[in-house]
Amino acid sequence: MIHSLFLINASGDIFLEKHWKSVVSRSVCDYFFEAQERATEPENVPPVIPTPHHYLISVLRHRIYFVAVIQSEVPPLFVIEFLHRVVDTFQDYFGVCTEAAIKDNVVVVYELLEEMLDNGFPLATESNILKELIKPPTILRTMVNTITGSTNVGEQLPTGQLSVVPWRRTGVKYTNNEAYFDVVEEIDAIIDKSGSTITAEIQGVIDACVKLTGMPDLTLSFMNPRLLDDVSFHPCVRFKRWEAERILSFIPPDGNFRLLSYHVSSQNLVAIPVYVKHNITFREGSSQGRFDLTLGPKQTMGKAVESVLVSSQLPRGVLNANLNPSQGAYTFDPVTKLLTWDVGKINPQKLPNLKGTMNLQAGASKPDENPTINIQFKIQQMAISGLKVNRLDMYGEKYKPFKGIKYMTKAGKFQVRT
Amino acid sequence: MSASSAFNEEKMGSSSVGEAEYAYDPVSGKIFSSDYNRHDDLKEMLDSNKDSLKLEAMKRIVAMIARGKNASDLFPAVVKNVACKNIEVKKLVYVYLVRYAEEQQDLALLSISTFQRGLKDPNQLIRASALRVLSSIRVTIIVPIMMLAIKEAASDMSPYVRKTAAHAIPKLYSLDPEQKDQLIEVIEKLLADKTTLVAGSVVMAFEEVCPERIDLIHKNYRKLCNLLIDVEEWGQVVIINMLTRYARTQFLNPNLNESLLEDGGSGDKTFYGSDEDEDDDEKENKEKAEAAALAKRKPYVMDPDHRLLLRNTKPLLQSRNAAVVMAVAQLYFHLAPKAEVGVIAKALVRLLRSHSEVQFVVLQNVATMTIRRRGMFEPYLKSFYIRSTDPTLIKILKLEVLTNLANETNISTILREFQTYIKSMDKDFVAATIQAIGRCATNIGEVRDTCLNGLVQLLSNRDELVVAESVVVIKKLLQMQPEKHSDIIKHMAKLTDNIQVPMARASILWLIGEYCEHVPKIAPDVLRKMAKSFTYEEDIVKLQILNLAAKLYLTNSKQTKLLTQYVLNLAKYDQNYDIRDRARFIRQLIVPTEKSGALSKYAKKLFLALKPAPVLESPFKDRDHFQLGSLSHLLNAKAGGYQELPDWPEAAPDPSVRNVEVFTLLERVTTLTSVPEWTKCSSREKRKEKKVEKPFYSDSEGESGPTESADSETNSASASDSASDSEQSRSSSESEESDEGSESEEEKENKNKKKVVKKAVKESESEQSSEEENRKLEKKIKQQEKDSETVSDDEESDSESSQSTSEDSESEAEVKKKAPVSRTPPKPVKKEKKEMSLLDLDDFEPATSPQVTPISTLLSNSLVTDLEGLSLSDSVLAPSTITPSGTLKSYELLHRITGEGLSVEYCFGRQPFSPDANMVAVQLQFTNNSTSETKNLHMKDVKLQSGMRVKEFPEIELLPAGDTASAVMGIDFCDSTQAANLQLCTSTRKFFVSIQPPVGELMRPVFLTENEFKREQGQLMGMNELTEKLILDAKYRNEHAIVQRVTTAAHLSRVPCGSDNECSFTSLKPLA
Repeated sequence: MIHSLFLINASGDIFLEKHWKSVVSRSVCDYFFEAQERATEPENVPPVIPTPHHYLISVLRHRIYFVAVIQSEVPPLFVIEFLHRVVDTFQDYFGVCTEAAIKDNVVVVYELLEEMLDNGFPLATESNILKELIKPPTILRTMVNTITGSTNVGEQLPTGQLSVVPWRRTGVKYTNNEAYFDVVEEIDAIIDKSGSTITAEIQGVIDACVKLTGMPDLTLSFMNPRLLDDVSFHPCVRFKRWEAERILSFIPPDGNFRLLSYHVSSQNLVAIPVYVKHNITFREGSSQGRFDLTLGPKQTMGKAVESVLVSSQLPRGVLNANLNPSQGAYTFDPVTKLLTWDVGKINPQKLPNLKGTMNLQAGASKPDENPTINIQFKIQQMAISGLKVNRLDMYGEKYKPFKGIKYMTKAGKFQVRT
Repeated sequence: MSASSAFNEEKMGSSSVGEAEYAYDPVSGKIFSSDYNRHDDLKEMLDSNKDSLKLEAMKRIVAMIARGKNASDLFPAVVKNVACKNIEVKKLVYVYLVRYAEEQQDLALLSISTFQRGLKDPNQLIRASALRVLSSIRVTIIVPIMMLAIKEAASDMSPYVRKTAAHAIPKLYSLDPEQKDQLIEVIEKLLADKTTLVAGSVVMAFEEVCPERIDLIHKNYRKLCNLLIDVEEWGQVVIINMLTRYARTQFLNPNLNESLLEDGGSGDKTFYGSDEDEDDDEKENKEKAEAAALAKRKPYVMDPDHRLLLRNTKPLLQSRNAAVVMAVAQLYFHLAPKAEVGVIAKALVRLLRSHSEVQFVVLQNVATMTIRRRGMFEPYLKSFYIRSTDPTLIKILKLEVLTNLANETNISTILREFQTYIKSMDKDFVAATIQAIGRCATNIGEVRDTCLNGLVQLLSNRDELVVAESVVVIKKLLQMQPEKHSDIIKHMAKLTDNIQVPMARASILWLIGEYCEHVPKIAPDVLRKMAKSFTYEEDIVKLQILNLAAKLYLTNSKQTKLLTQYVLNLAKYDQNYDIRDRARFIRQLIVPTEKSGALSKYAKKLFLALKPAPVLESPFKDRDHFQLGSLSHLLNAKAGGYQELPDWPEAAPDPSVRNVEVFTLLERVTTLTSVPEWTKCSSREKRKEKKVEKPFYSDSEGESGPTESADSETNSASASDSASDSEQSRSSSESEESDEGSESEEEKENKNKKKVVKKAVKESESEQSSEEENRKLEKKIKQQEKDSETVSDDEESDSESSQSTSEDSESEAEVKKKAPVSRTPPKPVKKEKKEMSLLDLDDFEPATSPQVTPISTLLSNSLVTDLEGLSLSDSVLAPSTITPSGTLKSYELLHRITGEGLSVEYCFGRQPFSPDANMVAVQLQFTNNSTSETKNLHMKDVKLQSGMRVKEFPEIELLPAGDTASAVMGIDFCDSTQAANLQLCTSTRKFFVSIQPPVGELMRPVFLTENEFKREQGQLMGMNELTEKLILDAKYRNEHAIVQRVTTAAHLSRVPCGSDNECSFTSLKPLA
């Protein structure tokens, strides 16, 4: 399966290599660099590159390419999914997954990779098991280790792998038992020039942070489970129970995990919480264009729309922009032609507006494309689909845990065409 | 000295290793002698006796390896630490060892003994890790050691070690392919493993070592299907992919009718392109094909195993792992009946929300699927709309999918989308969109004109690339109906002045040449202009200029003769030999000279022949001959190690190969043969033959014996007949056979009134056969019937196969079984043989009372043993057995909490279940712990493994709060230890529960005198015998304790015997 892994940074340096079978020379990456050159944008490098003797499968995350070398037939998604899991694990361990973090923790990285794959086949990818094997570095532990000479490697061998609930480590103890669930929904939408919705859908996830002693058995039920059209679960969720009763019943992993991701059935009309009034025009013969953008709230059920950020890729012909925001601040990058406007909170009484002129290259003809506007926003304490958690119960343990549920709605891929 | 002080300094200064490396560099720079010196101090540290120094050194070495620096010269110093106490040092040494062992084979051998010691460690995890490292060391000399270690680990107690053994198999195989045969043996053994931990890894090994040995899967097929959901996600992917291939070789194509229809219609593509009358032709063809197909085929019934696979993989579409979802999707695409494939669309669309690499792969597969199964993704059309933020790769793939999904109803929305895409800033994407519009126009006749108009408008676009792409596409569209569009051709002729893209210029010139008769005025003028610029043009354009000149010369030689000659002359001296050749060729063809042969007469026909319109088709067409989701599919080329997806077999191979032997759980304890599940009916008959001789049974069956044996002979004869019959005649021979079978059984029925099971089987058989006949008459398939058919088909195939194998099973019919002794180490068994001879239970008169007597009234163990010693009259005592004193173990069926106050426990009553002797009696005890009463306790919708049956307990109407009630139900476990999954209902709630029988409870004791026992035992030597020595704790070394332990473990009856130091136990092994 996976032969080797190379980590390549944005400037094209291979800064880490790991081989699970015979060593593959790093010159194999030259094919990758070739493909990288051919691609105009970093994300346009094809994920699968065939070379005469190997195949390179890569993912790009945090501006690092994770290039896996394989030699024979293997489902590409298998490798891609695994690489993403590696990145997630690094992030989980080091907080960030940057070149510096990886270099700083190169030994832990190596130990992790060693445990995650055996002969190129995934062995332990569950974060709870890995953390039993190799303790994540914390400042305190690093200090203690330097002084006492103790190690990051777990003394006891992983028992989690042998248990019936491999995702949960054994012997968990907390003085404060708490379980928090975040219901986060994202709206993906494409809004037409005229303001009508071309497509809109809601995708949601329930992220959990569970710190409970022992082996708690949780059930979580919804007021309106019918809303959930398509779901995918963490392996801990008992599928049969869901099928029969629409109840999530599970023994949670310890710590943070994604319990569920779901898609809200498309029959339900999606409420679009913001609207955009825009007027972006270029006149023929003139080297100036007009830019006028107003945002307003719509169908927000009385909740405030916060953290609004507007970005738009302006046509190549635009040299610079003189704009005047009624609130927040805007930036325009003359190289990438990216306009971003950090709006903040939308005040329904005084709608935010960005207005001004754009200067075009002298003599250049009017650009025939209009930019699309991407919008990000957040609405706290509301799940836009109306999904509500009914109750959360715990069995199997005696104590009373502290339970909390939070709702949030965000913009996913929210685009307005102009 | 300097080195060590430098090291100390470094150690104080920096904490993490990465920094250590960097912090250290200047120091070595100071000495600057070379790497050699720096390694010197590392060696020193490794040689020290402080673990912290060693660790520090190892960390730096690993950091070097990670950066790709060579650290091989440290090998001797590192390998010494392989037995270090510090676990982190040890692990890092392993990392180093695995990396460099291949380069330093001799030195690596030094470490082997450490691992060999590790392999014997009492701690399973140490054993596993020793095996893991040992097998990762790629040194050929140790192949025999590895082989031995793998073999040993494959039968380790710990599933984790067995998993590691499975991982080690491909490592050894890649090191030495010669070991294949031995490794296959290990794989075969591990495939039979029942734990989820091992399943994924061993299938992986199977795929790498011997993917062609599909026969190894047969016996494990059902188990793998059932385990699948609990296997870890990576294993799931591998298993699903393997099972897809397996299913393709073993089952019939569920879409045979549809696919034949498709073939008859030769695809959708031409459907749109062709004219109406052609359509009619095709329809006729279809109808013919349909009729022919139906005439040929007998109704399709899905193999229950095929259904099992589809059913058990479906929940995995909900997996969080994209690879698992994709694997299930491809399984459904390749294996499911057309009507069921739809379920995968939703899951695949969900994956489009994931990372762009995942989207890339999924879209590729969706693109292939949409060609064959368009309807599936039509509801999700909008999910493929393109966002400006998508990477170009994704945009183009989405475009491909949208184009494939386009049909008459949605084309207007799709075209509207395309219109916005054309305005995109991403020019590659715009070009792809124009191509897509062209394809929509060719496929959907109604929008052809609209598309063409739209594309013509694009000709005035400012971007040259857009214009050029449009020209190319328009050219293709115009070829379909040129006569209507001479104005467009004129318009394009004008473009030659501006447009520079060679491909576009070439396309325009070709169009003008081809349709010069539609533009007689313009064409010569274009040629004039081109002649002028000939020398500056690209090769591809030059060729088209020549082409144009030749065509004009043939149609309009008056105006263009000179121009043509001029162009030909220019071409004659061109740098490119292609162009020179072409010029020479054309000159000979069109310009008549004395020498020119007969060809020139046909020049016009040659050049101006009617050319067929090009077919614009998807690059994803026909990609589905690669297994979807595979690397080969993605690259559209066979990758190394790719296993072809086999075509469906014409006729299904024998489904009975997948029938599993009973009690394979015990395979490591008892190597003796056991009665396979499917031999149960016939083997029972055979057993009766044997029994005839026995005086003990003669009172009940003596007379009927001979007739029966004759019966069963005819039975087996007919079965073997049918087995040898060819597939085509199978259905008929089947029905004949089952008729015969039922007859003979009817006879038996008259003699023995208690064969409940038999009756059931017989009924289902005769039902089946009559159904079969009906269907033969009708010769029509009804999809709706499929489900009900599957069930009866299952039974039929079971009984059928059992008959055909009844002869083989003669020897197996007599089976001795050992209780699972070595599984539970402290259990004391000493030299005694526990025999379960195969005496038919049906011969016992079932108790007349409908309920089993409660356990409390059973005789206590000691009493029973006493009674046995007295050797009372057999028939009285026979049904009652030794019950371990009050130790009937009860198991929890429903916990108080999950049951919301209702708790249920069950125990195996060790009593015959009177309504059906083949069932095990299970005693249920309901306790209502809640504060309210529970009503209408009953069972519903029992979902069982094939062959299992359940006799429900009578409904308990009311269970007051705090009260307890008990009931007895019967389960026919079909001799397997698979759990029976049940649904327990109250008036308000439903609970899913499952009962898993311990092996010991599946037995039923029989009573034999010592002499009878001895005789039975004598007949069962050889293969059926198993002897094992056990060493007992002192406290168990008395007879009573032994008897008690043994009877606790299994439902056995003790044979009364004289000698003190001998205990014998009997039981019928298969209860059912």
